[in-house]
Amino acid sequence: MIRSDRLLGAVCLVLGVAFIWGATRIQTGFIIDPLGPQTFPIIIGVVLASGSLWLLFRPDPDPVWPALAKAWEIAGAALVMIGYALTLEHLGFVVSTAIAGALLSWRLGSPPVGAIVAGVGISLGIYVIFHLVLGLSLAKGVLGF
Amino acid sequence: METLNSLAQGFEVALTFQNLALALLGCFLGTIIGAMPGLGPSNGVAILIPLAFTLGLPATPALILLTSVYFGAMYGGRISSILINIPGDEPAMMSTLDGHPMAKQGRAGEALALSGLASFVGSFFATIGVAIFAPMLVKLALLFGPAEYFALFTLAFATLGGVSSRNQAKSAMAAALGLGIAMVGIDGSTGSQRFTFGSVHLLDGIDFLVAIVGLFAISEVLLFMEHRGEGSPIGTKLDRVTIPWATLKKCLASMARGTGIGFVAGVLPGAGASLGSFVAYTTEKRVSDRDKTFGHGDPRGLAAPEAGNNASAGGALIPMLSLGVPGSGTTAVLLAMLLTLNITPGPLLFAKNPDVVWGLIAALFIANFMLLAMNIPLVGLFVRVLQVPARWLMPAVAMISFVGIYGISGSTFDLLVMVGFGVAGYLLRKMDVPLVPIILGVLLGNQMEDNLRRALTISDGDWGILWGSPLAIGLWAFAILGFVAPLFFGRFVRPRAPETSDPD
Repeated sequence: MIRSDRLLGAVCLVLGVAFIWGATRIQTGFIIDPLGPQTFPIIIGVVLASGSLWLLFRPDPDPVWPALAKAWEIAGAALVMIGYALTLEHLGFVVSTAIAGALLSWRLGSPPVGAIVAGVGISLGIYVIFHLVLGLSLAKGVLGF
Repeated sequence: METLNSLAQGFEVALTFQNLALALLGCFLGTIIGAMPGLGPSNGVAILIPLAFTLGLPATPALILLTSVYFGAMYGGRISSILINIPGDEPAMMSTLDGHPMAKQGRAGEALALSGLASFVGSFFATIGVAIFAPMLVKLALLFGPAEYFALFTLAFATLGGVSSRNQAKSAMAAALGLGIAMVGIDGSTGSQRFTFGSVHLLDGIDFLVAIVGLFAISEVLLFMEHRGEGSPIGTKLDRVTIPWATLKKCLASMARGTGIGFVAGVLPGAGASLGSFVAYTTEKRVSDRDKTFGHGDPRGLAAPEAGNNASAGGALIPMLSLGVPGSGTTAVLLAMLLTLNITPGPLLFAKNPDVVWGLIAALFIANFMLLAMNIPLVGLFVRVLQVPARWLMPAVAMISFVGIYGISGSTFDLLVMVGFGVAGYLLRKMDVPLVPIILGVLLGNQMEDNLRRALTISDGDWGILWGSPLAIGLWAFAILGFVAPLFFGRFVRPRAPETSDPD
C-alpha cells in the first residue's frame, strides 16, 4: 500500500507546480506595480510544492482509514449533499430538505420511519424558524415553497 | 480613566434590549453547541455567521451574538467532558482528565459547578484583560507599515502552524492552500483575472464563508458518519450542583494560575485555547500534585484547565481586534464576519467605530454573568440537550449550513463548492493537515499580498524593505522561532487531539 502522505504530497506537488505555471500565465494590463499580480502566487506555489516534497520523502504514519463499507457511507453522504444542492431550486426548500435530512438521518442509524420523521421535522423546523419567523429567503421550487 | 469612559459608553451600546437579547440567545446556543460532542466554537460560529449576516444584523449586534456563542461554547465544552468523557470541543479535552473521574465518583454536580465557576473566573478576568490590553496593542499597531504587517501575517502562519499540527510541512502546505484559494478572482490592484478558468462564478473569488462552513461544519458531519455508533450515552445521575467550601478554597489558586496562563496563550497569535488549557493543566499538576491525586478526580485538575481555556478565548480577541490577526480558529471565523460586514479590525476600528469594540467588551461582561447563571443553576437543562441523538442532530447541522450559505449567495454553485470543501476538509483532517491555517490563508491572503505589494511599491521593488525596521526584524525573528521551535519541542507542547474534535 502506498502511504497516504505520499499520495497527498504527490497531489499537492502537482497542484503547486500547476499553480506556479498558472501564475506565470496571468495576463497583466497597463497598470502594474513593481511586484505585479504573479509574484505572490508564485511564492505560494513554491511553499506548497516544497511542503509536498518533504511529505514525499518523510511521510507520517498512516491514519486509520474507515473500512470500505464505512467509506461508501461517507461517499454516499457527500453524494446526498451534492444531490441536495442540485435539486434544491427545482424541488424547493421544504421537499429537498426533508429528503436529504431523512437520508442522512437514516444512514446515521435511525430506523426508516424515524428517519422520515426526522427529515420532515428538520425541514419544517428550519422553514418555520428561519423563513416564517426570521424572514430568511429560502429556495422556492416549482411548488412555491 | 480613558478606558473606563470608553467602557461606560460601551455599556450604553450593550444595554439595549436587542443587544441583551442577542447576548442571551448567543450564550444559550453557544452552551448547547459547546456541549455537543463534535460541535465546537469554531464550527458553531461558522454555521451561525451566514445567518447573522442574512438577518441583516449590523456589526455590533452581530459581533455580540457570535462572540457570546464563542464564549458560551467554551463554557459548554466541559459538560460532555465531565459527564461522558468525550470533550465537547478540543480545548475541553483537558477537563476530561479529572472531571470525568469526579463524575464517576458521584460528584458530577460538584464537578459541573466548580468548572462552571472556573470558566467564569477565566472568562471574566480575560475580558478585563481585553479592555486593558487591546487599546495598548492598538497604540503599538500604529507603528506598523505594510512591511511590518506582512511580517506579522507571516508570524501568525508560522506560530499557528507550530501548534496546530505535529508536522510543520503539513501546516505550511495548509497555509499555502488557503492563500492559493484567496488568489482566485480578479486582482484588486491591476484588474487581471487569476485562476478563474473563464468561469463567471469565480470572478469574485471564493467566498471565505463558503470555505469556512464547508471545512468546519460539513467535514464534521462526514467525520461523524465514520464514527457513528461510538461513544456512550450519559450514565451518570446528576446530584446537587453546588461546590463545597473546602473544595472552593482549595481551587481558588488553581483558577488564578489557569487564568493567567490561558490568557497569555490566547494573546499569542495562533496558540489558542487548546494550548492554554493544556499548559494550565500540566503546570497545575506540577505545582499541586503532591499526593498523586491528579487524574483521579482532583478538583484542582479540573479548575485550572477550565479557567485556562476560557481565559484564552478572551485573550484571543485582543490580536484579532487590534491587529486584525486572529489568535485562534474561532477568532479567525469572527474576523471573517467582520470582513464580510466591511469592517477591518485594527487601529482604525478603535478610532472610527469605538462603539463596536467597547459595545462588544461591555456585552461580554454581561454575557459572562448570563453564562454563569446558565452553567450552574440551569446546567441540568443542557445535560438534557446532550441526550438528543446525533442521528437527528447531525443532519440538522448539515441542513442549517446549507440554509446559511444559500441565504447569503442564493447560488447553488456555492453550495457545491461548500460540499467540495467539506469532503476536502474530511480528508485533510484524517491526514492531520490542520484546517485553521487554510482558513487563515483564505481570509488574510489578499491583505497579505496587498501589504507586500504596497511595501515593494514604497521601496520601488527593493525587497530589503521587508526587514528594514527593528520592529519588522523582531517579527521575522519570532516568526522563524515560532516555526522552528516546535520541531524540537512540539511533542511536549501539543496534546494529542482526537480527530473528531473542533479546533478552538
